[in-house]
Amino acid sequence: MSLYRTGLGRARGLGSAKHGVGNFIAERVSSVALILLTIWLVWVALAVARGGYAEARSILASPVNAAIAVLLIVVGLYHAMIGMRVIIEDYIEKPLTKAALLMLNAFVGWAAAAIATVSLLKIAFGAGA
Amino acid sequence: MADASPGLRERPLSPHVQVWRWHVTMAASIFNRATGVALYAGWLIFAGWALALAGGPDAYGAYCSVLTSIPGQIVLFGIAVSLFFHLAAGVRHLFWDSGRGFVPRDASASAIAAFVFAAAAAVVLFVVAHLGQGSAS
Repeated sequence: MSLYRTGLGRARGLGSAKHGVGNFIAERVSSVALILLTIWLVWVALAVARGGYAEARSILASPVNAAIAVLLIVVGLYHAMIGMRVIIEDYIEKPLTKAALLMLNAFVGWAAAAIATVSLLKIAFGAGA
Repeated sequence: MADASPGLRERPLSPHVQVWRWHVTMAASIFNRATGVALYAGWLIFAGWALALAGGPDAYGAYCSVLTSIPGQIVLFGIAVSLFFHLAAGVRHLFWDSGRGFVPRDASASAIAAFVFAAAAAVVLFVVAHLGQGSAS
């Protein structure tokens, strides 16, 4: 492989950071999970369009459905955060702007995942409403 | 390029966006990234939906009145198209990871299939959802 590197690239010692494959695999594994979770999402969307609030609450009162819903939002946002990270790294060249946007990506993604998870658990445990 | 080590030939540059002939695989690639961004917004809408549902009938009704308004329905339809296109494009990528499907004819055919699937699935989803709404409680 070193045959293909330019003299400048060798001199700077730049190259793979050696852990990119982790993100590559995580993106693909989460995508396979999301294929299955999307089928569930379509079913729920149709049921809720028909049954409204009562139907949505009763579906998510089931532990299995509540667990799938939590997996859907957490895995979905995890996949979205990996993808958004790639987009930010591709298009934003200024180091500070890039760092700020990568941080914003993580903050927004994890905040939304946490809010949705707690909301779904509250529904599942039947507290208040 | 100009400051390359002496003795090295000028390296060829890859063609840039404006000199590329439009082709369907390129459109599918761009659309895959764009729909990924749209789905990020989709997850935030889903998180908001869960929050509203946990907040009770009033909060849920207010949230759904936004989603069922005309602009809300346009956004939701866009997200449905994005979901189904990104799904199909993801399956294409998983297939490519096996090292197959890169022949231009196959890649173009699967790109067209992804577009057709996304449009058809989103339309079917909305038609079925709206047909079922008659019996809403």
